[in-house]
Amino acid sequence: MKRLVLALSALALAGTAAFADPIAERQAIMKANGKALKSIAGIAKGAEPFDADVVMAALKTLNDAAQKIDVAKLFPEGTETGGDTTASPKIWEDMEGFQKAVEKFRTDTAAAVAASPADLDAFKAEFGKVSQNCGSCHETFRIKKG
Amino acid sequence: MGIVARLAIGAVAVCAVGAGAFWALTAPVRLDDVALAALGQGDATRGERMFWAAGCASCHARPKAEGDAKLELAGGVELKTGFGTFVAPNISQDPRDGIGAWSVEDFANAVMRGVSPEGEHLYPAFPYTSYARMKPSDVADLYAYMKTLPAVAGRTPEHSLSFPFNVRRGLGLWKHLYLSDGPVIAFDDPPTDAVLRGRYLAEGPGHCGECHTPREMTGAAKTGQWLAGAAAAEGDGIVPNITAGEGGIGDWSQDDIVNYLETGFTPDYDSVGGTMVEVQRNMERLTQEDREAIAAYLKAIPPHPNGYPPRQQKPSS
Repeated sequence: MKRLVLALSALALAGTAAFADPIAERQAIMKANGKALKSIAGIAKGAEPFDADVVMAALKTLNDAAQKIDVAKLFPEGTETGGDTTASPKIWEDMEGFQKAVEKFRTDTAAAVAASPADLDAFKAEFGKVSQNCGSCHETFRIKKG
Repeated sequence: MGIVARLAIGAVAVCAVGAGAFWALTAPVRLDDVALAALGQGDATRGERMFWAAGCASCHARPKAEGDAKLELAGGVELKTGFGTFVAPNISQDPRDGIGAWSVEDFANAVMRGVSPEGEHLYPAFPYTSYARMKPSDVADLYAYMKTLPAVAGRTPEHSLSFPFNVRRGLGLWKHLYLSDGPVIAFDDPPTDAVLRGRYLAEGPGHCGECHTPREMTGAAKTGQWLAGAAAAEGDGIVPNITAGEGGIGDWSQDDIVNYLETGFTPDYDSVGGTMVEVQRNMERLTQEDREAIAAYLKAIPPHPNGYPPRQQKPSS
């Protein structure tokens, strides 16, 4: 929990100013998202028992991260390459489409937090909607590099 | 007859023989009677599994189609490669613009041998190089399932390829060299049923090797580096090494692979991306047993280091 708080405050701080290293920042956000997702994926699969607190903590992390994805600050011109980024050039070719994808992630994570799922079925529905965003956005806007 | 005339006649004769040989060697080769007899009746319900295993909709549905629109096989997805731009055609049941008028034999010859009903070679952007390994009965099932899908009117634009790749006839030679219906990986020890089932799904309908295996200049798969990862056919990215070799997925358990195919998440909860998103959404429609079989096969194949060159570090600007 402590770590979560630290991570959140780090994100909050980061949100207040232009980033010194946008590539590192956006990678840190994505890493944190992966961690949050991992903490609840077992529950969604039925491999771990439903725990409303764990679920809410993770959904809040995802939502806070989503609200902090400021495309202009995190993906400014000049950060198309370098720092082993795996951002696709399509982000800058189709800024509008990328903004839309980010917006959808924001909407879905906010809705999941607002739903405050109290049982497994309610959670699974929200988890499905939120986690769909990962692949949908990465399909177009990320490329694997060697 | 003067020497010049004789030489001229000789040259013409050589050209004629050469042209004749080229014509003979490039002729489309259709399925034999044994394969055609093995097609059988075809069952649409079973065919749905093949439809998702073979990923038909990923290229032949309209670009970005979702949900039921994935079953409208109007075509239009473009594949921009070094040979030129391929456009996935309409394979809906429209009799004029799609394949609604094709017989099951026409369909099997296209899918398993890359030969159109008109006797033209199809380009291997359509992965018949993998589908050649399918069981004829599975192809007939797929045909039966596709018969249940909607007819959509409208032709897609032609491929736009540069010379010599725009000469379809030349593909006959290419097929002589590279089209094989045998399995790629021969196991020393007798493999389990799951591994065999996985080999069939991965090497045949699943056509994993088409993107995950590096290619020769000619476009042929380097089977000695099977599934070792490759430079992407489009853009600057790579397609990952899915063997257990260095850079690959040796540290993934079989369950990790199954989970990835089912949910699209890696063991670290990074997500599926790029064109694999479409593939994963097909894989999640298969049975758990099929996903487990593919995972068992991937754990059983020979390990290779990455089949693509190391990343060129570009300085941050």
